[in-house]
Amino acid sequence: MKFHRAEEIFLVIGVAILVLSMVITGYQGFAKQMGPPSGMETLDPEKVDEHELFSEPGVYEVGENKYQVVMTLQAFQFTPNNIEIPAGAEVEFIMTSKDVIHGFQVAGTNLNAMVMPGYIQRIKQTFDEPGEFLVLCNEYCGIGHQLMGTTITVK
Amino acid sequence: MALSEKNLGEKVNKALGVNPQDAKLTKTYLSLAFIVLFIGGVLGLAQGLNRAGLFNLPSWFDYYQTLTAHGILMLLVFTTLFMVGYFYAGISHVLGGLIPITRKLGWIALASALLGTVLVAVTIIAGDASVMYTFYPPMQASPWFYIGLVFLVVAIWLSAFGVFINARDWKKKNKGQHLPLLAYFAVGAFLLVFSASILVTVEVLTLIPWAFGWTETVNVMVSRTLFWGFGHTLVNVWYFTAVSAWYVAVPKLIGGKGFSDSLTRLVVILMVVLNIPGGFHHQIIDPAITEGWKFAHVFMSLSIAFPSLMTAFAMFAVFEKVGRKNGGKGLLGWLKKLPWGDVRFLAPFIAMAAFIPGGAGGIAQTNHHLNQVVHNSLWVTGHFHLTVGVTVALTFFGIIYWLVPHISGRTLTPKLNKLGVIQTVLWTVGMIFMSGAMHWVGLLGSPRRTSYSTYGDNATALEWEPYLFFLAIGGTLLMIAVAMITYICFHLMFKAPKGHTEFPVAETDGTANTPKWTQRWGLVVAMLIVILAMGYVMPLTEMIFNGPPGSPPIRTW
Repeated sequence: MKFHRAEEIFLVIGVAILVLSMVITGYQGFAKQMGPPSGMETLDPEKVDEHELFSEPGVYEVGENKYQVVMTLQAFQFTPNNIEIPAGAEVEFIMTSKDVIHGFQVAGTNLNAMVMPGYIQRIKQTFDEPGEFLVLCNEYCGIGHQLMGTTITVK
Repeated sequence: MALSEKNLGEKVNKALGVNPQDAKLTKTYLSLAFIVLFIGGVLGLAQGLNRAGLFNLPSWFDYYQTLTAHGILMLLVFTTLFMVGYFYAGISHVLGGLIPITRKLGWIALASALLGTVLVAVTIIAGDASVMYTFYPPMQASPWFYIGLVFLVVAIWLSAFGVFINARDWKKKNKGQHLPLLAYFAVGAFLLVFSASILVTVEVLTLIPWAFGWTETVNVMVSRTLFWGFGHTLVNVWYFTAVSAWYVAVPKLIGGKGFSDSLTRLVVILMVVLNIPGGFHHQIIDPAITEGWKFAHVFMSLSIAFPSLMTAFAMFAVFEKVGRKNGGKGLLGWLKKLPWGDVRFLAPFIAMAAFIPGGAGGIAQTNHHLNQVVHNSLWVTGHFHLTVGVTVALTFFGIIYWLVPHISGRTLTPKLNKLGVIQTVLWTVGMIFMSGAMHWVGLLGSPRRTSYSTYGDNATALEWEPYLFFLAIGGTLLMIAVAMITYICFHLMFKAPKGHTEFPVAETDGTANTPKWTQRWGLVVAMLIVILAMGYVMPLTEMIFNGPPGSPPIRTW
């Protein structure tokens, strides 16, 4: 089993690129806190309404220009919907599903998370520019999946 | 006259070793595969047109039924039927005919696959299984849908056992010799698909009692994780099948020699060992898996790229040698001297070329937060239409031009070759339009698996429409190409002029330098189990023991 010299060089360069991509991903993920949403908190998916967080979904101001959006997803709606927040606000979305698997995606941002029954997902975003953002469910969730959308208006 | 021609044909076949019984098995598999491809293509076109807002699907067969059927028929049924038909013909050729038990298993597997397909199709048509090919719980389909899947998995197992038994039998009769390369690929591919299917079997066996109402809840995350351990590997098994033809048949077709025997076997082993934990990259933005584990899985996913890099080098090395032998000069002059007009080369070449952007896109989207940008957008659909839809499908089409005449005792005429070239170009252009549009609009945020929607005339969603129109144009070209390849396949099987077509098997540098340990499948299985355990035991334990209460079945369509 002998590698050709040129093949060795080719493979070393290839592997170096793969390693580099991992290093950048690792650095951004762990040092810069840019890692993907990975909620580990659990709840009973059949008792979401009784849960201390999700009994009253809504938009809450929790600090100076800091907001929390406590949101439940169910076929085929986001609660709350038509969200309004001021420009420059740092928003933490705290979400769970009341039925099947849903996706939470805000077009034009990197907000993208799977929202599953039984788990709490958290994801943060700072909205600098005013404008209207489209929020949609990006995991097939049933007959009305294509209607599951709302907006975030940054004022 | 006609009679004597027929007799002569049979005699030629016999003398050259095409076992008529084995040929019949493969003919049946391939016929069914291309019927399935045609139906899947029609369903795909319907979706493409709907997505662009050009076509309303009827309420009795809506977008999500269409999508579920398209996914299962294309990804599971077409590919399985093709893989078994192709590899069974391959091992029949290189191992001197299938042994009777293997042939029998091949037929029983076919019956099982058909029964499974019928059950799945009936439940989808009845509107009881609009759950996509991923069937994530707690969305619950009819239990008969899952039972249909069991029969499809059983078909995979039976055909895998057939290959293993036949290879073992050959090894007994040829002590000390290396298994011929194509048979080695077959064992590797079936070992991988068999191992991965154990995961989905465990999942489906928990879903059946839940769907019947015998158990109340199901662990959603465990199901999803088991599915992707299988789902992603499955896709790579078809790629594996395609790669076997690149190494074994393509060099011979263009008048060259195969690349190193030992390095090819190393590629096979790496593809078997490294693949399964890669499934986690479908779950990068899921809850219930820590960031640390997700990062570990970025490594596992990226490691699959290594054997592909080896393959890329090997293929271009073979092409360069042939091009130079044909008189090509200079750094890239040899490229001009390759047989571009021969569809048996053109189709797999485009397939390989498509894997350069396809593989690069895969590497990009497997990295953590790059994945977050595109997860569940149409980008992903574009990605796998490039990898499975071009790399795998065009290789399979390229195989048809010699495999079908080989088993049916016919020849590929220059006219049919020309039709094949047109088909290949049409397919490629169609995919550039469709996959290109999907990639682009996916980056803008358009979601996959969603029927036509403007989200109440939302300005962002309206901006996606022009791209979706290109998607529909691509889909239309692809449908024409599907009709052409179906015609070509059946023409080669029943109408093309009689004659002898050889099964192309390239010479390599021989097995003299191939290490003995490449024959030790026990070692390969052990490495596979170790890597599988490293990837899955901890996260699954966490999900099972620290998971939330399970979910009851829900039907949302």
